[in-house]
Amino acid sequence: MNSKLKQLITGLAAATVVVYAGASHAGNITGAGATFPYPVYAKWAEAYNAQTGVEMNYQSIGSGGGIKQIKAKTVDFGATDAPMEPNELSLLGMAQFPTVIGGVVPVLNVEGIAPGQLKLTSAALADIFLGKITKWNDPKIAENNKGVNLPDLAITVVHRADGSGTTFIFTDYLSKVSSEWKSSVGTDKAVSWPVGTGGKGNEGVASYVQRIKGSVGYVEYAYALQNKMTYAQLQNRDGQYVSPTDDSFKAAAANAKWNPDEGFYEILTNEPGKDSWPITGATFILVYKTAQNAGTAKDVLKFFDWAYTNGDKMASDLNYVPLPANVVDMIRGSWKAQIKDTSGKAIW
Amino acid sequence: MPIFSNEARHKRQALFDMLFRGLTRTSASAVLILLAAIIGSLIMGSMPAIREFGFGFLTSSEWDPVNDEFGALIPIIGTLVTSGIALIIAIPVSFGIALFLTELSPRILRRPLGIAIELLAGIPSIIYGMWGLFVFAPLFADHIEPWINDHIGTISYIGPFFSGPPMGIGILTAGIILAIMVIPFIASVMRDVFEVVPTLLKESAYGLGSTTWEVMWNVVLPYTKVGVAGGIMLGLGRALGETMAVTFVIGNAHEISKSLLMPGNSISSALANEFNEAVGDIYTSSLIELGLILFFITFVVLSIARYMLYKLGKLEGKAS
Amino acid sequence: MLNLYTRRRIINSIGLFVSVLAMSFGLFWLCWILWTLLVSGLPALAPIVFTHMTPPPGSTGGLLNAIAGSLMMTLVGTLIGTPIGILAGTYLAEFGQRGWLAPITRFINDVLLSAPSIVIGLFVYEVYVVHVKHFSGWAGALALSIIVIPIVIRTTENMLRLVPTTLREAAAALGAPQWKIVNFVTLRAARAGIITGVMLAIARISGETAPLLFTALNNQFWSSNMDKPMANLPVVIFQFAMSPYEDWQNLAWAGALLITMSVLTLNILARVLFRQSATTH
Repeated sequence: MNSKLKQLITGLAAATVVVYAGASHAGNITGAGATFPYPVYAKWAEAYNAQTGVEMNYQSIGSGGGIKQIKAKTVDFGATDAPMEPNELSLLGMAQFPTVIGGVVPVLNVEGIAPGQLKLTSAALADIFLGKITKWNDPKIAENNKGVNLPDLAITVVHRADGSGTTFIFTDYLSKVSSEWKSSVGTDKAVSWPVGTGGKGNEGVASYVQRIKGSVGYVEYAYALQNKMTYAQLQNRDGQYVSPTDDSFKAAAANAKWNPDEGFYEILTNEPGKDSWPITGATFILVYKTAQNAGTAKDVLKFFDWAYTNGDKMASDLNYVPLPANVVDMIRGSWKAQIKDTSGKAIW
Repeated sequence: MPIFSNEARHKRQALFDMLFRGLTRTSASAVLILLAAIIGSLIMGSMPAIREFGFGFLTSSEWDPVNDEFGALIPIIGTLVTSGIALIIAIPVSFGIALFLTELSPRILRRPLGIAIELLAGIPSIIYGMWGLFVFAPLFADHIEPWINDHIGTISYIGPFFSGPPMGIGILTAGIILAIMVIPFIASVMRDVFEVVPTLLKESAYGLGSTTWEVMWNVVLPYTKVGVAGGIMLGLGRALGETMAVTFVIGNAHEISKSLLMPGNSISSALANEFNEAVGDIYTSSLIELGLILFFITFVVLSIARYMLYKLGKLEGKAS
Repeated sequence: MLNLYTRRRIINSIGLFVSVLAMSFGLFWLCWILWTLLVSGLPALAPIVFTHMTPPPGSTGGLLNAIAGSLMMTLVGTLIGTPIGILAGTYLAEFGQRGWLAPITRFINDVLLSAPSIVIGLFVYEVYVVHVKHFSGWAGALALSIIVIPIVIRTTENMLRLVPTTLREAAAALGAPQWKIVNFVTLRAARAGIITGVMLAIARISGETAPLLFTALNNQFWSSNMDKPMANLPVVIFQFAMSPYEDWQNLAWAGALLITMSVLTLNILARVLFRQSATTH
């Protein structure tokens, strides 16, 4: 009986050690938020894990979710496409910095229309999402698309069912180009859509658009490319029709005025420039200025530092635009200046 | 002469008895406390929304996160309509299945077929959602919805309820998938209840020359009607709370439209989709209040089921 | 022209025919769903599924962390919920003849049994996750245990009630105290049925997604630490299935097939066990 008891206890102890082996793994970090950059964060995490053994677990639950969870302190960092305004940042005591730049593209599913073939003006796009244009062969679309065979098919609008920074960027653009949108719907991570069906995450919208004939939606560019979706050209502020490409995103971002003291608050929609893609945006990370756990906070910064140094190619392979080097330097400087531990010492 | 050979041992056993009874009673109370805690935390979580909207929450069809205006009408209607469609389809089908299993099927097949139907209940709901989205919805959109649009959508009064772009997803699809999920529950209960009908009753009817159908419809069904109703209520309870299967195919649109072919929203889908991202007290508490409303609806449905089964219990042994 | 007799015969034939149709209707869906699962899931069920972690979009990988996480949380959830369920069920069957606690608990139990699982996930989020300030496997297991408890209570009570009173009385006549009667005679007699109940509960929670959405979150990596977000099959399937990436969708089907097969096997096993025990009485 005695030896059996000993065996049992030893076994339990061993099991406990195995179960908690994960806990002793130093440096594991959890983040949650935007679906916009999810493919690149996941790619970075995989490579970072291969190189350092540290697990960066990122779950794409939507920008709203990222903000909520970092506020509740259930994750180590939050990710959002909709940058927090400077006064809210100071209220919550958080620091914010961008990671990559990407574009939101309108995608559609109409038989016979190839990617990049359809040209939409900003007014047409707004009216489609307002529900004022209901068929693909509507004159407002046809007049700019002579030679394209537009069928007499009803338009099914697909938007996001969850709160999302992608929606924020998209509605920010629509508010800028359509006063009717601005007054009746507005800009936010989740809005009261006049028409349409909701998909969950960029993935859900892409999925629905691929399935439903005659549908139109908006997704982050990487999702459109990964799934060979049919995107449309948009007319930008300078009146030129542009396609979404790394260069058109870079052109839009070239006008950005990054301010580290304001949490790098910048929304890159409807930027001037003849090559600029009109729906461009950066995606941001939120961390607390005063880190409760200095070690974890440093691990978060270490990950992004690694990503800025080594992740550019992975990002551009996935069709995101990495930040230019001077901006990255500004970001590192802001870490030194803003993020401190509980005793006031800078972590970075 | 002492009554017990070992007084001390008897006392110890009595102590163990008391301890054991206390242990089981504590566990039973734990269940009560659990429910109270769930309802309590839901109410506490919904307070901001309750304070803000009051009873208007139940009738408002607004869902505007930008302006923090929320109303539960659309999700409630979506939940009730999809469950309603599910029941309309499931009840006759379950009756047919129960009839088959009790009267028509050869004895050898009875158990395997019964198990087969119960297997439908065992398939996890997320599988139903995936199958619905990937397999059923496209077929529905390509072949059945155009037919519905052309043939039923043109009939004068019920037409508007059945017209719309053939997306394949929407309230009707969600209702159909729910029906398939709910059939095994109702069919099992119906079969169990049909099996306990006294053979004497059925034989008397057969002796009078009734056909099988007449026996089922005029004798068995009225005899078991309260149990059947209880089973239907239990199926309804399952349909109301179903999350995953519905979320995949209901379309998640915060709008009411007359047509069943259009997308809608249900309480569980709204929660599943939006809770993680909801920022702000009013938004979050509105969602929690939706959960509270759903809990309440389930509660009411179950109470009705319970009451009916209770009445059935009272009828047993009564002079007829 | 049709006399009453012929009309009744026709109605009878139609009714029976419709009943056969209904049966085929039910079987049709079952076969179709299982067929879809096999066709889509089997090709994706390569050994890599069992040896690699969930991949980022565009890479190959497996479901190892999700499978392990689900197994762990199911196990813990069952371990927490079963004792409470059996004890409470025992109270309802053995000690609850008088008083108010038993009838009310029975009703409450039915309510909990049909409670939408998403509400339970919400509850655990509000009460546990927010206070501990992180998602964890414990929270997920807790939510699952709350789903297990009513199922085990219901089956335990039903099984105990089926034990003939003569058995209890015989033990009492031999001088056994009540706690011994319940533990060594009644519960033992109902053992097979109770195990069936536990297996049905396990089958139920293996497929539950909603309660894990806000509690265990998910994890891209191997997670054996219950105190951290834990990968689990249902949420992974949810995420992957709704995505537009083909390798993710294939993995989702493989995972769906895995869950369904385990759940169905458990269900069939539970029923076979139960029938066996019923015939040996």
